[in-house]
Amino acid sequence: MSRAVEELNRRMLRARDAMDRAYAQPLDIPQLARVANVSEAHFIRTFRGTFDETPHRYLQRRRVERAMYLLRATERSVTDVCLDVGFTSLGTFSRSFRHIVGEAPATYRRRGPIKAVPNCFAMAWTRPSSFGEAVARKIV
Amino acid sequence: MFNALLISSLYVLDQDKALDFYVGKLGLEVNTDQDLGFMRWLTVNVPGDARQVLLETPGAPGLDPKTAEQARELVTKGATGGHLFFTTTDCWKTYNELRAKGVEFTEEPTERPYGIDCGLRDPFGNHIRFSQPLAAAAPVGSDEKRSARPSK
Repeated sequence: MSRAVEELNRRMLRARDAMDRAYAQPLDIPQLARVANVSEAHFIRTFRGTFDETPHRYLQRRRVERAMYLLRATERSVTDVCLDVGFTSLGTFSRSFRHIVGEAPATYRRRGPIKAVPNCFAMAWTRPSSFGEAVARKIV
Repeated sequence: MFNALLISSLYVLDQDKALDFYVGKLGLEVNTDQDLGFMRWLTVNVPGDARQVLLETPGAPGLDPKTAEQARELVTKGATGGHLFFTTTDCWKTYNELRAKGVEFTEEPTERPYGIDCGLRDPFGNHIRFSQPLAAAAPVGSDEKRSARPSK
């Protein structure tokens, strides 16, 4: 039984890597299920069983995490940032952002630019936690 | 005090497959491959570099079967954190060569303030990165006083 779990974990990790890589693109469940090489019906349930959240929620947190970075590291408008990270509706973006980060995008931006360069590339590597209900890390 | 880091360890799920990957694809060389009875001591190194990576399977006698199962599961979730970070003189060239060998990349070469780097996974789920450092950049994680290692 355990080898089967390992194989499924590995496939789900492949789908999660795809979300980390291609978050800006319009990813959907059929595409991700193909990456994981499992059926669509199976995919959401298995992903959730592996990482304790749905693929949709993971993608949303990855997009929000990237938006947090862009808001403070660039001068791009909130709307541009929203589109840059793969959201297509400003309303959904703002709602998701507020839900995950605890404040609105413009409010978050007012924390000011990220100063140290090492911090920037450290962030570029950072994946949001995906185990349990951990919220996206706030960079202070 | 210490004067070098000689061996670090990485959990792999199958040492033969690990050899295929780390030696056959990534181009490392076998440093030691020895049956110790209780375990197969298998280390690899970058050609010309003294530092070894022990490719270790989680299991007896160090771990009880249940814990070993848990460790194996964490590896396949990419959750063990045993990262390796290599350097190369040409990130894109290495990337293209490894892609042609079917290596699974998580990120294509990306320009960073310190160089060009990219990410991949081994067959088991371990995360590996390699970087083409800028000539003047200090190695990642070093303090600024330390001089950059010349790229070979």
